[in-house]
Amino acid sequence: MSQAYTERVLDHFQNPRNFGQLDQPDISLEQSNPACAADRIRLDLRFEEGEIVDVRFSGQGCVISLAAASILTERIKGALLADLQDLSRDEFLEMLAISPRASQLKCALLAPEIFREAAYGEPEWPR
Amino acid sequence: MMREWTQIEAQSDFPVLQRKINGKPLIYLDNAATTQKPNSVINAISDFYATSNANVHRATHTLGEEATHKYECARNRVRKLLNAQNSSEIVFVRSATEAINLVSHSWGLSNVQPGDIILLTEMEHHSNLIPWQLLTQDRGARIELLGIDDSGLLKMEDLDRYLDERVRLLAITGMSNVLGTINPIEEVAKRAHEVGALVLVDGAQSVPHLPVDVQALDCDFLVCSGHKMLGPTGIGVLYARQKLLREMPPFMSGGEMIKEVSFTNATWSDPPSKFEAGTPPIAQAIGFGAAIEYLQKIGLARVHEHECSLVEYAMAQFREIPGLEIYGPGPDHRGGILSFNLNNTHPHDLAAILDEQGIAIRAGHHCAQPLINRLGVRAMARASFYLYNTFDEVDRVAEALLMAKRILTT
Ligand SMILES: Cc1ncc(COP(=O)(O)O)c(C=O)c1O
Repeated sequence: MSQAYTERVLDHFQNPRNFGQLDQPDISLEQSNPACAADRIRLDLRFEEGEIVDVRFSGQGCVISLAAASILTERIKGALLADLQDLSRDEFLEMLAISPRASQLKCALLAPEIFREAAYGEPEWPR
Repeated sequence: MMREWTQIEAQSDFPVLQRKINGKPLIYLDNAATTQKPNSVINAISDFYATSNANVHRATHTLGEEATHKYECARNRVRKLLNAQNSSEIVFVRSATEAINLVSHSWGLSNVQPGDIILLTEMEHHSNLIPWQLLTQDRGARIELLGIDDSGLLKMEDLDRYLDERVRLLAITGMSNVLGTINPIEEVAKRAHEVGALVLVDGAQSVPHLPVDVQALDCDFLVCSGHKMLGPTGIGVLYARQKLLREMPPFMSGGEMIKEVSFTNATWSDPPSKFEAGTPPIAQAIGFGAAIEYLQKIGLARVHEHECSLVEYAMAQFREIPGLEIYGPGPDHRGGILSFNLNNTHPHDLAAILDEQGIAIRAGHHCAQPLINRLGVRAMARASFYLYNTFDEVDRVAEALLMAKRILTT
């Protein structure tokens, strides 16, 4: 079996969770990753009293970027914004349970960085 | 039925090819990006630093004379390789990119007028596109493009459409770094000259892989990069006709490129040093010279033949893989470059999975984004060959692609 293309990653790629778009998102943000052939991911979020009550992602990308987006949506749906604010980059990568090669790091972090920017207005990760 | 494959035995000359990647022998197929270096090149560079290091053209001491001699020998090797008339037509620069920028600034800014046309093709690398965009924007001139047909060949009928006396320069790649298409430069140059246009050949991919003769092509400018032909990074070449180099103003200025200097004025030295301001990449030029020596020992006709055989074999193997689409012309019109996509898989994923098998290919838009878009895709995987690649390697790549397909499409 492949190091990055684990069963879990491939499952999220082939059966993406929370894929699509929301009719009335509170916030919708789309960004691309020029390092990976201009892939684009859009994240739609709906909040109620500081809770992420709904989330969808859409777009196109490589396996790693799409699987990471799917795993991210699973993690954040139903969570409190305040609880996620301190989630670090490494904790997110641990969630993916793969160690992406250097050239794929940007792919893995595309969706979570869109989330950070949409939710907190800051794409940088807390240390 | 298959032709007899010609195999060049070169692998043992390249130390990095002895490496294992992820436990598998390295198969290096990213040669269009940069090539590996043989021992003779690595040694030429380290010998220079160990025995003769000095600056060139100014010292009267022994080391300075040796360094100058070696540097100028490298220039002469380039002259012979390209069959230029005179070594003063060979300007050392940092890369093909810098050479094109030299022409677009020095020749372009003093020759291109509002309303003029710079004619390019749809298959140019960004480095033979963006400098012309900047120049035409600056001068109120414009770019026109010779199209390509669906098989990736230049539309020769577009020459009738676009060639007239407004065209100042036709800048065209000798070989596409994406499709592998080899362009009929001789014919194109003849047509361009009939309307008084100059011709610049981007030889970044053609010079490393096939015999190129600037007098036979009858081109006015030709550029190439040492690192794409077994040499080090940081050294490239601009060939230009002597008359043009004499007329063109300097691109960069400083030491070494002057005849007489006062506090308010200066006169320029003769080409090529007029275009080699400052301390040049000396060790790199010497390494490049060793690379040319290595290539000429094998012979560029043989290198080309070997790569044609490899690419023809690879095309036949890859066609057996269901869902694999190859871009570009048939083997008769291409060099050793093969771009492809596999079903709907993302080329980045293919490259990552192949790397786990020790295979280095490229994924992306290959610095030719308009071309990739013109072909209706967002990215491609690319395998590009050189003289050290083998038929066994092609077999292993085909196997790895089948494996990638199983992983990514189940
Ligand atoms: C066709 C072509 N032209 C120009 C270049 C630019 O070469 P360099 O980056 O060495 O300047 C390349 C390199 O990829 C190329 O393939």
